[in-house]
Amino acid sequence: MSVARFWRETLRRYNLGASKCPDCETVFFPPRPVCPRCAVHRKSIAKMEPCQLSGHGKVYSYTIVHEAADGFEMQVPYVLAMVQMSEGPMLTGQIVDVEPSQVKEGLEVKASFRKLREEGEGGVIHYGYKFAPASQAPKAP
Amino acid sequence: MREVAILGVGQTQFGELWDRSFREIGIEAGFQALESSKLSSRDLSALYIGNMASGAFIDQEHVAPLVLDYSGLSGHHFPSVRVEAGEASGAVALAQAYLAVASGEYDFVVVGGAEKMTDVPEDRGSAISSSTMDQEWERVFGASMPALWALAARRHMIDHGTKREHFARLSVLDHENGSKNPLAHYRNKITLEQVLGANAVAEPLGMLDCAPSSDGAAAVVLGPLDRARKFTDTPIRIAASQIATDTMALMHRRDITTLDSTVLAAKRAFQRAKLQPSQIPLAEIHDSYSIAGLMALEDLGFYQKGEAGKALANGEVGIGTRLAINTSGGLKAQGQPFGAVGIAQVVEIVRQLRGEAGARQVSGATVGLAHNVGGTGATSVVHILERVN
Ligand SMILES: [Zn+2]
Repeated sequence: MSVARFWRETLRRYNLGASKCPDCETVFFPPRPVCPRCAVHRKSIAKMEPCQLSGHGKVYSYTIVHEAADGFEMQVPYVLAMVQMSEGPMLTGQIVDVEPSQVKEGLEVKASFRKLREEGEGGVIHYGYKFAPASQAPKAP
Repeated sequence: MREVAILGVGQTQFGELWDRSFREIGIEAGFQALESSKLSSRDLSALYIGNMASGAFIDQEHVAPLVLDYSGLSGHHFPSVRVEAGEASGAVALAQAYLAVASGEYDFVVVGGAEKMTDVPEDRGSAISSSTMDQEWERVFGASMPALWALAARRHMIDHGTKREHFARLSVLDHENGSKNPLAHYRNKITLEQVLGANAVAEPLGMLDCAPSSDGAAAVVLGPLDRARKFTDTPIRIAASQIATDTMALMHRRDITTLDSTVLAAKRAFQRAKLQPSQIPLAEIHDSYSIAGLMALEDLGFYQKGEAGKALANGEVGIGTRLAINTSGGLKAQGQPFGAVGIAQVVEIVRQLRGEAGARQVSGATVGLAHNVGGTGATSVVHILERVN
């Protein structure tokens, strides 16, 4: 992924910037320009309100990945999960700072700022959120 | 709208065809289909091609006129259209061609599906294969296609009591059927123990839960049903052709253990065909990953949610039962050339309905269903085909 393409979503990936529908108050991550839930959703165009996720959530589903996605070879085995955030949205991300076999449905996690992957030899390093068990203090990147 | 029939079918060998180019396999499938329909190329109104990623796989875009040209048809100057809908490109191309013929605008059209996947190194291939998921919000965080299907599998196990052995059985079944299909990528049989013991890819899915990357092409010829007898003794009517869509990312679905796009495409297709799932004895289902096949059996309406696993374990599904699935070998054994999959499924149903399926023939079926999925279910397509007597 090019530098500009990754950079464009940086704020959301670093800060968990979300958006809320002024009508039905549903929170969306990533932020959406229009609410898909409201019957007359055109009313929400350009009216979605920016908001922030707390970073707290629970594991909804998980897998231990042994054959890495392209660019994640150095990290296997790693845990990829779907995490339901306390504000509602579901996020896809890695669970770290825990034995993979200890990850279970319902595990409470907290998002933290981490290196996601390196873009090949001498390439740009991508940063964004990963999740760690909420019982642990988040470590510095 | 008028009734539309399939007049002819064609398909190449599926597999690692290192000695054959994209244009060669595209042309072979198309000519086979034309030949079996006794149509002349002069009768054609248009060509449609389902192809997912020729630009990424072979650096060639604009493949619709390319295949037309090397088929010797450029002199006719008729429309040639490529359709892209991820791994559902083939079935979406068929759905577009169906509408064009049904509308009366076109009379006879060839619909092909083709993909040349094995010219790139394996890591590049898996990156291209991941391009039908959300790049910004799934892939960037380490998701692969098998990892996303594994998330669906885990949740299916949590919510519905499904067991790992349940979906493993689909791979066994696919290979059993593939062993009887001379065009299949894999013709070896495998055991449940082999599937369960294979190297893990993304738990609970292992190597033998995942369909391969294949080269291959398939094609069908469509025309108006009321003129079909002139060209074939066994026209197959397209009783329904339905596409439905859903959110791009798996995490944004209402329920990750169900593809709502499949549920809706199937519901509309059954309504259109005036049939119930229980009346379908034959289906080709999209099992790019074994769990996807299990979910399809439920989402298409053959089983209640949570019941497909037990049905598979009890041997209720397969040739010789009430519901024969993936007689071609499915995506796991017949192979998975992305753009060709949706057309190859239809080719198999047509061969079955015509009684031309050889060692894997299902007896007495007059109606069959084909189910093709793009991404993790952002697109689903259902076709129902019926033998006309
Ligand atoms: Zn709303």
